[in-house]
Amino acid sequence: MAGASKAVADNRANLPFVYRQYSAEQLRNVLHKMYLIRRFEEGAEESYTRGLIHGTMHLSIGQEASAMGICMPLAEDDQITSTHRGHGHCIAKGAEVKRMFAEFFGKTTGYCKGRGGSMHIADVGKGNLGANGIVGGGIPIAVGAALSAKMMKTGKVVVSFFGDGANNEGAFHEALNMAAVWKLPVIFVCENNGYGMSTSTARSTAIKNIAERAAAYSMPGVIVNGNIFSEVAEASYKAVECARAGEGPTLIESKTYRHRGHSKSDRNRYRSKEEIEDWMSNRDPITLFENELREFGFIDDKGIEAIRDAVAREIADGIEFAKASPSPDVCDTGNYVYTEQA
Amino acid sequence: MDAMVRELSYAQAIQEAMAIAMDMDERVFLMGEDIGVYGGAFQVTGDLVDRFGTERVIDTPISELGGAGVAVGAALTGMRPIFEFQFSDFATLAMEQIVNQAAKMRFMLGGEVSVPVVMRFPAGSGTGAAAQHSQSLEAWLGHVPGLKVIQPATPHDAKGMLLAAVADPDPVMIFEHKLLYKVKGPVPEGYYTVPIGKADIRREGRDLTIVATSIMVHKALDAAAALEAEGIDIEVIDLRTIRPMDKQTVIDSVKKTSRLMCVYEAVKTLGIGAEVSAMVAESEAFDYLDAPIVRLGGAETPIPYNPELEKAVVPQVPDIIAAARDLVKGVR
Ligand SMILES: Cc1ncc(C[n+]2csc(CCOP(=O)(O)OP(=O)(O)O)c2C)c(N)n1
Ligand SMILES: [Mg+2]
Repeated sequence: MAGASKAVADNRANLPFVYRQYSAEQLRNVLHKMYLIRRFEEGAEESYTRGLIHGTMHLSIGQEASAMGICMPLAEDDQITSTHRGHGHCIAKGAEVKRMFAEFFGKTTGYCKGRGGSMHIADVGKGNLGANGIVGGGIPIAVGAALSAKMMKTGKVVVSFFGDGANNEGAFHEALNMAAVWKLPVIFVCENNGYGMSTSTARSTAIKNIAERAAAYSMPGVIVNGNIFSEVAEASYKAVECARAGEGPTLIESKTYRHRGHSKSDRNRYRSKEEIEDWMSNRDPITLFENELREFGFIDDKGIEAIRDAVAREIADGIEFAKASPSPDVCDTGNYVYTEQA
Repeated sequence: MDAMVRELSYAQAIQEAMAIAMDMDERVFLMGEDIGVYGGAFQVTGDLVDRFGTERVIDTPISELGGAGVAVGAALTGMRPIFEFQFSDFATLAMEQIVNQAAKMRFMLGGEVSVPVVMRFPAGSGTGAAAQHSQSLEAWLGHVPGLKVIQPATPHDAKGMLLAAVADPDPVMIFEHKLLYKVKGPVPEGYYTVPIGKADIRREGRDLTIVATSIMVHKALDAAAALEAEGIDIEVIDLRTIRPMDKQTVIDSVKKTSRLMCVYEAVKTLGIGAEVSAMVAESEAFDYLDAPIVRLGGAETPIPYNPELEKAVVPQVPDIIAAARDLVKGVR
């Protein structure tokens, strides 16, 4: 570490939240995971193009700081519900990429044993109750998980991720209301990337900021720049503290952008090249975080290189693992429909 | 002069029907998620927004219950909405408006009103979209008096039945199998209708009646063609409408062939096959049956993601061939 920057790292008092709150190692690990999310999705995209993965997928490239920032203050047994754009949430909550690749390849070693694929990626062991094919589908489920936590006194908090599009589903409104009335330990995280498929929030939503919806349910509504890790993590930290203290839910609106099209069938006709280009080159969350880490003396170029290399190996190994794993037997189509009983 | 006939895809045929309906009647308009500039998730509306504008090709927020309800309300009060669900699975979010409101409003108000709404549902498996984007839920709606439920199998019927649906004074639910969207077939230019409630005999035969719906019509025809070489002569009926069902066409066919098999993609139990079988068993055709009735339907499971499993849980051509052969040869 260079002398001048080390001095900054040693005197953190004036740095943004995360640099005061977490160790250098923890912060470098965040960068590692952001790269892991990015490269995982690039790997999945390439495997799809090469015909190794079927169906479709929704990439969260450009939204990595949001997933990582929200999950930063969560404990391992805290829980999340995720969305169709859920690869980042899954990795941020602690999933192994090899078992995610295996799922995408439809293999028995995948997190859902090849039954769910990208849109249902989950890691129940790490508290990820699952991505969801239904927009808004996970929001009431998170409230239910928070109700369990309260009734069973487990001390867990639950995060529900959803997109800007989901805030126009009835499930969103019904769920927020119940969570507020019952003061449940749940955090609603709207990852507002400006569009629900092709429909901009301006065309779909009567208010400018989705966080303002919080007022209707008497809970705090917080807006953060979703591409700045520290901002997201700080808001999440406060909301988690609140939830754990029994003070009830928070709605966080994390403003961000997806670099890729909605899914694999998107002609991108609803947004301009300039807009996409601007977000990619001027507001990339990984670049922003990397620059801060470097500037504040938490990492140097060699350290960054080491992270990139390690991630590249992990991705290559993950893909090999998925390829080598067995497919389910077609005789087993009846498995998991009901709970097996002795 | 006869109308020119061209080859169009199923999706193009639907798009053409919607354009004709909108040209003919300014009360007709389209509503749905991402049907404007995106062109619809399956490109069925395509560029219609360029032609008819955003006032008549309306992108809704992601609000299925509200969106369907708005369409019902507009239909109730003089407009002719065509509402697209992005996937038929999302009908589950709008069941209230479809089942409690659209279907019953005319009845509950003693015939004072009608609800001429058309709803379109891209349905079925085969795209790798897994359990929440691959279902075949037509029988759910088929169970509700007040609704009409259709499943066109060809581009020709997709266009003609959509135009019949728009002209119909009551709510019509159209289930469109996603794998059919790219299938091409002859479609006449201009306006024509294909009646709702009338089945079509796609292939005549003596040995066995197969009643199929939607994509299974094509698979049944492939199976019938394969079995011709073995001297087995199969009649294939495309049911086309599941409510109100064309009972007579099926009954007459079974009286001729003395054997009945139903083939459909939806989960086998409590479905269309059960209804057709029971209907035949209750009819005069029962006495003509030489063998037990056979149903081939989807397995009793959600649709899996893995592509091999996904294929395994719905009837495929070899399954139909094997079952039809056994049935005709009396193996069962
Ligand atoms: C109930 C429901 N309606 C529609 C869809 C189709 N769909 C999938 S994702 C999506 C857009 C979601 O937008 P948003 O909530 O903003 O999430 P983003 O894709 O931007 O991450 C749509 C319309 C769906 N999966 N579920
Ligand atoms: Mg969005």
